[in-house]
Amino acid sequence: MQNNDATMPKAAAPLSHADAASLFIKNDERTNWHDETLWFVRSKRDVAVHQVPEWEQLRELASKVKDHTLSDLDNYLIQFEQQATANGIKVHWAVDAAAHNDIILKIIRQNNIQRVVKSKSMLTEECHLNPFLLQQGIDVVDTDLGERIVQFRNEPPSHIVMPAIHLKKQDVSDTFHEHLGTEQGNNDPQYLTEAARGHLRSKFIESQLAITGVNFAIAETGGFVVCTNEGNADMGAHAAAVHIACMGIEKIIPKAEHLGIFLRLLARSATGQPITTYSSHFHRPRQGQQMHIVIVDNGRTKQLARPDFRNSLKCIRCAACFNTCPVYRRSGGHSYHTAVAGPIGSILNPNLDMKANADLPFASTLCGSCSNVCPVKIDIHQQLWKWRQVIAKEGYVSTGKKIGMKGMAFVVGNPTIYRVAGKMGRWVMRVFPFITNNKKLNPWYKQREMPAPPKQSFRDWYVKNKK
Amino acid sequence: MKVGLFIPCYIDQFYPNVAIATMQLLEKAGCEIVFPLNQTCCGQPMANSGFANLSGACDKNFVTNFGDVDHIVSPSGSCVLHIKEHLHGEDENKARHIRENIYELTEFMVDILGVKKLKATFPYKVGLHISCHGQRGLHLSSMSEIAAPAFSKPEQLLSMVNGLELSKPKRVDECCGFGGTFCVFEEAVSVKMGKDRITEHNSNEVEFITGGDTSCLMHLEGILKRNGSKVRTIHIAEILNCENGQL
Repeated sequence: MQNNDATMPKAAAPLSHADAASLFIKNDERTNWHDETLWFVRSKRDVAVHQVPEWEQLRELASKVKDHTLSDLDNYLIQFEQQATANGIKVHWAVDAAAHNDIILKIIRQNNIQRVVKSKSMLTEECHLNPFLLQQGIDVVDTDLGERIVQFRNEPPSHIVMPAIHLKKQDVSDTFHEHLGTEQGNNDPQYLTEAARGHLRSKFIESQLAITGVNFAIAETGGFVVCTNEGNADMGAHAAAVHIACMGIEKIIPKAEHLGIFLRLLARSATGQPITTYSSHFHRPRQGQQMHIVIVDNGRTKQLARPDFRNSLKCIRCAACFNTCPVYRRSGGHSYHTAVAGPIGSILNPNLDMKANADLPFASTLCGSCSNVCPVKIDIHQQLWKWRQVIAKEGYVSTGKKIGMKGMAFVVGNPTIYRVAGKMGRWVMRVFPFITNNKKLNPWYKQREMPAPPKQSFRDWYVKNKK
Repeated sequence: MKVGLFIPCYIDQFYPNVAIATMQLLEKAGCEIVFPLNQTCCGQPMANSGFANLSGACDKNFVTNFGDVDHIVSPSGSCVLHIKEHLHGEDENKARHIRENIYELTEFMVDILGVKKLKATFPYKVGLHISCHGQRGLHLSSMSEIAAPAFSKPEQLLSMVNGLELSKPKRVDECCGFGGTFCVFEEAVSVKMGKDRITEHNSNEVEFITGGDTSCLMHLEGILKRNGSKVRTIHIAEILNCENGQL
């Protein structure tokens, strides 16, 4: 039952997205299963969306509310702090991940607490809170079922809404057998869920402090909303003497009435549900309880200052862009080597560490499906394109690619050189096909034939036949 | 109507028949074709790889070649989208003129020429591949993600072809995985995406896969050929221009 090392992310060498993806794809059957599972979620989203006639208006409204909020974020944050404080909530400000973790540790120490439960919060993943608390001897248990499964397995979540979506029933069964003593080989979901339920109930009762995320923080009221399907945030927060809610500065919305827009969009976009099973509104601590809110920047103001990328902060973490992304579905969340994977992660993470995440904006065909499903209309694929420009300018692309692009720009930049090179290239392909038909040197040729090189280009034909 | 024909570099070099079909199709519809002989590439390969700063010479060349033509038409949604979104020039007025007057072939035929019937016969079972840039970028057809009425310019034209039996894959508008330099730098994912598209078309027992972008088709063709498939790829212009049902 003990899992003191369970929250440490695996210290695997950080492979690039392309390398990690090619390993993932080696298991064709599993890749197909992963792709189809997520496509099923995307399809459920489509059904739900087409049942709301005003869907596109809702997206537009949500986008506008978020744009407006970001344009006056400082004032809304201050208003939120004032209202929350008046309600009896203690508000803390964290400039970065380390400050966030320190604030939480301080609260834990002040209250002399050893056992902590935590519901889903991608912010705490981003801040690597679990390994930090573990190092300090604090036992932190993730209470979201998927999060708990990956925590047992010493893995980071692979998806921000469905953290264990990369695992099959038998994987969960094996993990529970090892950590919860369930029957070996029993893959029955009902049986496994009951085992998890029993296990987590005891954790809820034992723990003295609950950490939750925040989906929406309302400036007008100083309250916040947490959405879950399992009720685990509520059980944690209601049982514990201390409740800490962690939020990025971008979680603010101006008024309670705006929840009517966002709650309708969130669950439909995420899973195709009309609404999450639990949308819990917290406003003030109950009698005798402490309630804290940690408001975190961790690079967000830097992103806010980038005109091309600021509206990525509109994100409400629904993961619709993950589910629709044909690259994500075929490469798995871990290939993105960051807390937030998928298309949205690929435009958020270069802001946090451009060098380490320079591969991510290139892990896309720019098909644009992500932008179309985004409930707050973030132009994700356009930002992927723009990040590519920034990353190349900063020198974070491979020398080979840079030389290749310079060579190509030289050839196509001059009509005469282009014509000569084209003619020579096609001639070489016809006469010495082994030069291009080389699986080691030409990645195209590994699994694809080259196009057949014709003797004359269209221009040659045109000059001969038309002019 | 005077139309500047823009033939993307890889079509010029590897798929001249696509260009010939495009030209003939436009001529049959009454257009007078201008083909500027010094055209090369739209610059997209560099720009999509993060090197938009290297596409200056392409931009300049494009403006020189097409700056004075009323309409510019090209059999590639992807290259047209690139020009629309990213073409700039020393003469910004001319660049803007191009951005606002460049059309993908099917878009031009439906919206500008108002084509209502075609003299075309293609008695085969054809699967339609919807290319992302044409669809989500140029809005040539409705998109499965968006809650809006359905329409499709390519399908509208294909429905005018005698004998053609059109089928669509189960995931009607999923990307094929070409993605420009993505196809080599993310080779594994790229090919897997292409294979999955082909599997869906195969389940419809198609004889041809068609679409508006030769780049997608080149990628699918490469996979089909490697696996010894009998299914062939064909650009939509070649079908719309096919009068006798024979290739």
